[in-house]
Amino acid sequence: MTEIFGVPIQALFGQLVLGLVNGCFYAMLSLGLAIIFGMLNIINFAHGAFYMIGAVFTWFVLDTWNISWWWSLLLAPLAVGIFGIVVERLLLKRLYKVDPLYGLLLTFGLALVIEGLFLHKHGSSGLPYGIPEVFQGALNLGFMFLPKYRAIVVGATLAVCFATWFVIERTQLGAYLRAGTENPPLVQAFGINVPVMITLTYAIGVGLAGLAGVLAAPTLQVSPLMGSNLIIVVFAVVVIGGMGSILGSIVTGLGLGLIEGLTKVFYSQASNTVVFMIMVLVLLVRPAGLFGREK
Amino acid sequence: MKAKLMGAVAGLMLSVVATGGFAQAKSGKISGGVVKIGVLDDMSGLYSDIGGQGDVTAAQMAVDEFGGKVLGAPIQVVSADHQNKPDVGANKAREWFDGDVDIIVGTVNSGVALAVSKVANEKHRLFIDSGAGSTRLTNEDCSPYTIHYEYDTYATGTTTAKPIIAQGGKTWFFLTADYAFGKSLQSDTSKFVEAAGGKVLGSVLHPLNASDFSSFLLQAQSSGAQVIGLANAGGDTINSVKAASEFGITKKQKLAALLIFDTDVHSLGLSAAQGLYAATGFYWDHDDDSRKWSRAFGAKMGGKMPTMVQAGTYSSTLQYLKAIQAAGTDDPDAVMKKLKEMTLNDATVKNGKIRPDGRMVHEFYLYQVKTPSESKGPWDLYKLVTTVPPDQAFQPLSQSRCPLIKK
Amino acid sequence: MTKARARYLGYALLLAAGVLAPLVIYPVFLMNALCFALFACAFNLLLGYTGLLSFGHAAFFGTAAYVTGYTAKVMGLSTGLAILAGTAAAVLLGIVFGGLSIRRQGIYFAMITLALAQLIFFFYLQAPFTGGEDGLQGIPRGKLFWVINLENDRILYYVVFAIFLFGFLLIHRTIHSPFGQVMKAIRENEPRAVSLGYDVNKYKLMAFVLSAGLAGLAGATNAIVFTFVTLTDVDWHTSGDVVLMTLLGGMGSIFGPVVGAFSIVTLESKLSDKVGSLVTVIIGAIFCVCVLLFRRGIVGEIQGLYRRVVGNRV
Repeated sequence: MTEIFGVPIQALFGQLVLGLVNGCFYAMLSLGLAIIFGMLNIINFAHGAFYMIGAVFTWFVLDTWNISWWWSLLLAPLAVGIFGIVVERLLLKRLYKVDPLYGLLLTFGLALVIEGLFLHKHGSSGLPYGIPEVFQGALNLGFMFLPKYRAIVVGATLAVCFATWFVIERTQLGAYLRAGTENPPLVQAFGINVPVMITLTYAIGVGLAGLAGVLAAPTLQVSPLMGSNLIIVVFAVVVIGGMGSILGSIVTGLGLGLIEGLTKVFYSQASNTVVFMIMVLVLLVRPAGLFGREK
Repeated sequence: MKAKLMGAVAGLMLSVVATGGFAQAKSGKISGGVVKIGVLDDMSGLYSDIGGQGDVTAAQMAVDEFGGKVLGAPIQVVSADHQNKPDVGANKAREWFDGDVDIIVGTVNSGVALAVSKVANEKHRLFIDSGAGSTRLTNEDCSPYTIHYEYDTYATGTTTAKPIIAQGGKTWFFLTADYAFGKSLQSDTSKFVEAAGGKVLGSVLHPLNASDFSSFLLQAQSSGAQVIGLANAGGDTINSVKAASEFGITKKQKLAALLIFDTDVHSLGLSAAQGLYAATGFYWDHDDDSRKWSRAFGAKMGGKMPTMVQAGTYSSTLQYLKAIQAAGTDDPDAVMKKLKEMTLNDATVKNGKIRPDGRMVHEFYLYQVKTPSESKGPWDLYKLVTTVPPDQAFQPLSQSRCPLIKK
Repeated sequence: MTKARARYLGYALLLAAGVLAPLVIYPVFLMNALCFALFACAFNLLLGYTGLLSFGHAAFFGTAAYVTGYTAKVMGLSTGLAILAGTAAAVLLGIVFGGLSIRRQGIYFAMITLALAQLIFFFYLQAPFTGGEDGLQGIPRGKLFWVINLENDRILYYVVFAIFLFGFLLIHRTIHSPFGQVMKAIRENEPRAVSLGYDVNKYKLMAFVLSAGLAGLAGATNAIVFTFVTLTDVDWHTSGDVVLMTLLGGMGSIFGPVVGAFSIVTLESKLSDKVGSLVTVIIGAIFCVCVLLFRRGIVGEIQGLYRRVVGNRV
């Protein structure tokens, strides 16, 4: 068996595959964040909280009404999106005219409130959620056994990422969204309802976070604190990828997953911190991120 | 400029007036005429389920059971949230001890516990910690005013290791949280494994609050060890167990959670956690006394069964009151002397004793998580594997690094 | 009453309040609040006066705290020297971090400071001398200048108050100096400042280093007050706390952060008794309300109220 730096090559491949699975997660989460920042110039610090709401919602509908995971895939992003609409209309709307850092501070406070309320209601230990029956078991990839559910997550995430990128960059709706946020008065003059576009954009962005929550519920602990553990890493991904770029966050998310996977093998304690090392290096060399454009 | 100053003065005055907090003098047999018990815990964060509001309830139950009065003086329970911040905790401890709080119980967070222990030592007031795991409380940082109740990482680690090794789990691999408690869990347990003739095949350190454990578990799997020791806690343990179940690791390897509470197992659910080994100083379903007390606790806490931390807070509060009664005064030195002489018996502890280094020792138990078919209720989680006597469960006094112990 | 005389009266009142406060209010609580007040003022030097939001200021606070703790406890350095050592460490770190981040603006600047702070956090997590999450405990308060016994809370309070005044006056001097004017110009309109020939990056770096050093001074003092340092002091939530304090108090004035710090420390301490698990919710709600309605902060709003009531008489 060949070895690289003392690690057998088969084990390394296994780790890389797992890293890729995690990367898909990062990509999906940072996608929503990138959309919201790229188009609305809002730094949505509450993104982790929306992700958590998606996961808790999934648990709730199963626990209360026995609604399966499949339905949650549809319902949770919808519910989170609607909540996002409320947040945008009531709160964020008032901050468009001031420095975007106020948006960051507001969403930071919002995250504290949401997480605090959920913690008050459900406690810190978390809520039980298992893998849907049909996905239990693993695929034999030769060098490792990959649980079926994780393979599904990869597929689903890549599909969603591609679909989102396609809608935003290649369809007319996407064009309206991009134009409406780049030059609202002009687009409004053309008769397009810009405020609705903006609200819709925010709802889509947080809806994606909610969807990530649904995907996470079977494998990760569903707890009120699950979002705050991830939020700064996701932010780092978006910044590295370039804050306005959707492609940037997808690529960076996947890349980070791979790099973290390698770190876990060679210097495991640093696996949560390696992203910040990368961020510092990238920002020194390319100030607007890998794919970003300086505004 | 005047406006600015007005604003500043008003603002400062407002916040200054809003505080208040006086230092009071103490005197008399029961100082201040009231015995005040301070429950200092994480009420709003990561550890709120393990101790939290439940600790306040537990302490109050002890007070009620004792009769609400000791030596003619009323007993009062106050509480505060240290928010897992040692400076908030230490501030509160100082404020309480400089006021009329006689004893602090609870804490859970090791950093806070160590800080409070120093304050208690400085102010000559009692501190009984029933939640933090760090063995430093009875070793390097021991104090004549601190009692480390219920458990520590040495006890949970070795109680888990011993029976498993006896059953044939000789080779171990550790999944360790990159934090002081994780590393001490690993080192204490490793020493035990090797002393019992087993072998530690390897370990991997993971950052705290790592969401995904698949990669670390894969490393554990490829080591081929018979037992995977989870030297972590809380959300990390839950995520490790969930991932282990998902990857089918539990089919070939045993999982031992070196620090886990029943609230964690309850949140995991039995289908993911079944077969997991868990050591604890208290389980609600252990005997008739514990069942009776736990049901009373559950009635006040919406059906939740108590964790060993909450049981420890109840027990330490009750024993403290008994010690005051026996000593005839609430003077901290006299009460502490009495506590170290007493044999501790109540609904949650049998034949407990407090050693000169402040370590409270009692029986420790190894449980295994039931399969879903074996369980008859939402909190019917564990079946007993074995009981470990106190002299084997806790670090021997001869190995203690506490400066108070004369060698 | 002339403006100058009003100003002196105001300062005298504040000084009197500071001197008399420990007689009625718990000294350790006050010292904690003063340390955070200095921390917030130092932070505001960057935010309110230079327009740079740093999300990693806890790195300076915590570094100074750890260095002070280590030199005092392990190396046996006298307290005054230990505090100086801690502050010097923060200044050095400020030079390094400043050099790396100063070329970026807005959100990128905030993110790079956050990233650097996280790297520092990781370093302290790994370094054995910090004791990890158990913390560096048992730091001796010692004696200042070899005679003043700092074990007594009241005496220590006056020392801390003096340190706070020193930092505060230093900030005041800086803001009202030509250097301070340039900083304001940079905040108002950076391209214009560049076009006027100012080496903008050098000024920003100097402001950054000064801010880092004073934050370090606050951290070093805090370590002596509490006699321990833990990972909380370098955690990014502490960086967030100081942002909240400045926002709540008002970034437009030099007193704002002081008011904000006292308010937050009071809230955290008093709320913890009463509200239990809702503490974070309340603090988050205050954050939101401030951002939406009271962007000028407590001090700013009171100033505005005063002006409206009294009229803008010069």
